[in-house]
Amino acid sequence: MAEVATGLAHEYAVKTLNVVKEYEMGKQTLRALKGIDVEIRSGEYISIMGPSGSGKSTLFNMIGGLDKPTEGKVYIDEVDISGLDAYELAWLRCRKIGYIFQTFNLIPVMTALENCTLPMIFAGMTTQDAMDKAAGLLALVGLGDRIRHKPLELSGGQQQRVACARALANDPAIILADEPTGNLDLKTGKEIIELLRRLNKEKGVTIISATHDLKMLDVSDRIIWIRDGMVDKIERRDELDIEVGTLEGEEA
Amino acid sequence: MLSQDAKKRAGIKRQIRLPNSEAFKIALRSIKIRFWRSIVTMAGIILAIAFLSYVMTAGWVERGVQAADETAVRDGVQARATQFWLIGISLLVCVVGITNAMLMSVTERYREIGTMKCLGALDWFVVKLFLIEAMLQGVVGSLAGACIGFTAAVLAGMTQYDGVLGSLPWGAALLSLTASVAVGGVLSVLGAVYPARRAGKMPPADAMRTEI
Ligand SMILES: Nc1ncnc2c1ncn2[C@@H]1O[C@H](COP(=O)(O)OP(=O)(O)OP(=O)(O)O)[C@@H](O)[C@H]1O
Ligand SMILES: [Mg+2]
Repeated sequence: MAEVATGLAHEYAVKTLNVVKEYEMGKQTLRALKGIDVEIRSGEYISIMGPSGSGKSTLFNMIGGLDKPTEGKVYIDEVDISGLDAYELAWLRCRKIGYIFQTFNLIPVMTALENCTLPMIFAGMTTQDAMDKAAGLLALVGLGDRIRHKPLELSGGQQQRVACARALANDPAIILADEPTGNLDLKTGKEIIELLRRLNKEKGVTIISATHDLKMLDVSDRIIWIRDGMVDKIERRDELDIEVGTLEGEEA
Repeated sequence: MLSQDAKKRAGIKRQIRLPNSEAFKIALRSIKIRFWRSIVTMAGIILAIAFLSYVMTAGWVERGVQAADETAVRDGVQARATQFWLIGISLLVCVVGITNAMLMSVTERYREIGTMKCLGALDWFVVKLFLIEAMLQGVVGSLAGACIGFTAAVLAGMTQYDGVLGSLPWGAALLSLTASVAVGGVLSVLGAVYPARRAGKMPPADAMRTEI
């Protein structure tokens, strides 16, 4: 195992080793993740699927360095992120990872353009350079004509596009998306999925997306099924066709 | 193995920044978008500083008149001691009000704070943004308050004595006006320290979970 890691640096964008997460709630402890081992290669498009409460968002937080596991380790580009200090962690969130959320999470007081420039400002770019790049990214996601609009003046799908552009701001190696289509209708959801797929293909960004959305299955390289805080199974897309029809809990 | 890890970590840097100019822009925008709410927050400062500035200016008005005509004022001095007690209390109330308003503002913006942290903001970026916001509100509020207090004191003086405008020691009076603006700004920032630190310390995952 150690040899593999030495030989091929950064083959794995994300690796988790026996990740356990417990939440203390009064006297009880809730074991939301019960030992997750996954390896995600650079450039893969991964969907994390599972019923509500299975621990998808919790895993998302662990991988994204937004929360610390109770046990186990998370490696981003083969660096153990539990060893990073606050500055390094902020740098990681700023430069290495782009986040997309179900609720879009744009800063309401800022325009689409300003939302996209924020991560670049944090990264030390000058305002002018950041604005130029942000305008380019917004054009890339198909919002070139809406850059001066505030989030509330945009539709859900448009807001999520802004969020995609913002996630790309510092050319991250990984985009983490937690139910990116959860608040969108069928068609808009599809557009976002296609956008993510395109970014994955064109820019080689690793995409990891927690989702309930079966439309995601078509574009994913692999699907990680989570059940009850454990990895149920991991499937490649070509192994999948038979399964899709028999899925439980299919939503409208 | 260890050196291997050290080598990889070299790829991870620590330069993350929030230039003051950007911080001011963001803070200013946050105030503008919640304009009326900011006015309500500022109302406490305006009143407290107006009172402070009124008392200070009234003092200068009396001294000016006294210097011009020795027999004019007799009972002004003893009243001032109780007034300073009242000023102290009103300033305290004002700080508590600011803390309260800022705490509410932080709660309201959990998600925004969490988002900023996900984008790479350090704890002190968030602290800085809230403190700048408080300072701007404090300075603007106290400026308004100081002008109101000053004008009121001069007008009140004019109804009592003649030649107030001529005898007023303008330099000293304006200096105390400036001082009361500074007091307002500093108190406003002081009141925001606890809420701002609380916002800064919030772990991003918790901030994102909170539904508002
Ligand atoms: N901060 C927390 N405190 C306590 N319990 C938590 C916390 N976060 C998550 N949980 C619990 O952990 C379990 C997994 O939650 P998680 O949000 O990861 O599920 P999920 O798979 O993302 O579900 P959904 O599809 O509904 O988003 C749930 O039982 C949840 O109640
Ligand atoms: Mg979830």
